[in-house]
Amino acid sequence: MESVAAIKIPVFVACLYPLIRLAWLAAYDNLGANPIEFITRSTGTWTLVFLTLTLAVTPLRRLSGYQAAIRFRRMLGLFAFFYASLHLVTYIWLDQFFALMDMAADVMKRPFITVGFFSFLLLVPLALTSTSGMIRRLGGRRWLWLHRLVYVASLGGVVHFLWLVKADIREPLIYGSIVALLLAFRVAAAMRGVRTSLLARTGRRAPLVGKVGEESSGLKKGSELTHN
Amino acid sequence: MLIKRPSDIKSSEITDQGQYLNRRQFIYGASLTAAGIAGGLVLPGIALGAAGPEAGTKLDGVGKSPLSTDEKKTPLKDVTSYNNFYEFGTDKYSPSKYAKTLVTRPWTVAVEGEVKHAKEYDIDELMKLAPLEERVYRLRCVEAWSMVIPWVGFPLSALIRRVEPTSKAKFVEFTTLHDQDQMPGQYRGVLDWPYVEGLRIDEAAHPLTILAVGLYGQILPNQNGAPIRLVVPWKYGFKSIKSIVRVRFVEEPPKTAWMKASPREYGFYSNVNPEVDHPRWSQATERRIGEFRKRKTILFNGYADQVAKLYEGMDLAAYF
Repeated sequence: MESVAAIKIPVFVACLYPLIRLAWLAAYDNLGANPIEFITRSTGTWTLVFLTLTLAVTPLRRLSGYQAAIRFRRMLGLFAFFYASLHLVTYIWLDQFFALMDMAADVMKRPFITVGFFSFLLLVPLALTSTSGMIRRLGGRRWLWLHRLVYVASLGGVVHFLWLVKADIREPLIYGSIVALLLAFRVAAAMRGVRTSLLARTGRRAPLVGKVGEESSGLKKGSELTHN
Repeated sequence: MLIKRPSDIKSSEITDQGQYLNRRQFIYGASLTAAGIAGGLVLPGIALGAAGPEAGTKLDGVGKSPLSTDEKKTPLKDVTSYNNFYEFGTDKYSPSKYAKTLVTRPWTVAVEGEVKHAKEYDIDELMKLAPLEERVYRLRCVEAWSMVIPWVGFPLSALIRRVEPTSKAKFVEFTTLHDQDQMPGQYRGVLDWPYVEGLRIDEAAHPLTILAVGLYGQILPNQNGAPIRLVVPWKYGFKSIKSIVRVRFVEEPPKTAWMKASPREYGFYSNVNPEVDHPRWSQATERRIGEFRKRKTILFNGYADQVAKLYEGMDLAAYF
């Protein structure tokens, strides 16, 4: 537990790398000829990266047995939301400069913006309910169902990318393949009847009492949530 | 955030760019010599024969033209580092990184088809076909960004007059080099290689249409379409085909690379038109490279006075 907490700080700092890199490039005027396009593309790409990292946590845990990895999933997910927000702010401020009517027209008429915008919207409730308090408030079951929206949002992000490129679909297809693979992993596990139990999700063996249990209270041991 | 305005960029930067390109040409030339490739004297800073005249070589006797715009020019650094040239990669910074493998000498342009005097021109001969002029043109990419570039070239009409098209010549088809070793991007089938473009004969003969052999008073850098390219400023940039090896006069409208890639999105005419959107994005505004706020796009890229008459009575949305 303590060792995980110690790793969290360097991981947090590592997650800031995309932002630090952008700031560094901006400071040295190395964003290229079209800085706004560069920032938009960069923040969008990193959003996809963090979404796939988040989705990869559980499959990696299952395959490697490193259960503590779950402790990083919330951080990764929130960073995905963070970079998605930066991506949206870049569009609203730097690209469109708050031209509301133009943006509304874009969302309605341009399919790639429609899907991008709605994928972002899907991430908002996930970010808002990411705290332990919210897990408790919603109850584990509802929380889990809500957070499965991350798959919809991730696929939406891939489609957003696919629909904006002119001819070179290689990069969007790579992200699409990764998301599809991670989703397939979950589906296969579910079909095999593997218990995505409380144990697998939280890495906790302890009974649900006291401090440890508080974090996941709402999930009754032996309830249908401990089976899949 | 630090987004530099063009006025922040000192003229000394242009010199730096030239030196940078010279250095790369030297390294390339030197390594070719080291590999024992014959055919060219390699002196410090100059790589002849295998590579072509070094980028940065000044072009002499370039006259001015009343067809130039006096809008603010896009800095040389941006013009030569932000390019769509999929033959060298689909990223905009790839061509300037990888186009050094393009060999521009020897180079020929075959002019053929429905003409009385078909000929295979050597590039150096073609460059002397007509007096060179500076044409400062706006270039509007279909992706909704634009630049103002001081091209050096001569009107395509000079070549057309020389070869004398027959009455059967209704269109002109242009073809880019097809050589995967020189253009590694052609290993990937993102487009159907070689790149092909086309114009109606009256568009080709229009005074604005030029064959460009340079920019900013110097030889065309590889990433900008060396050694010779087309510039049709009232159309989207992808119509201004680069690194031309063939000009053919034909009866039927040519099937262009982008039409083949996505016929619903890229038409034969591709005239700049804020009212005819790309199916997936708006064409109403554009980002002028170097500017922060977007600009309104103007019909025919601001060249309506000169070209609108070519399209009188034509439904610009149907013939996009």
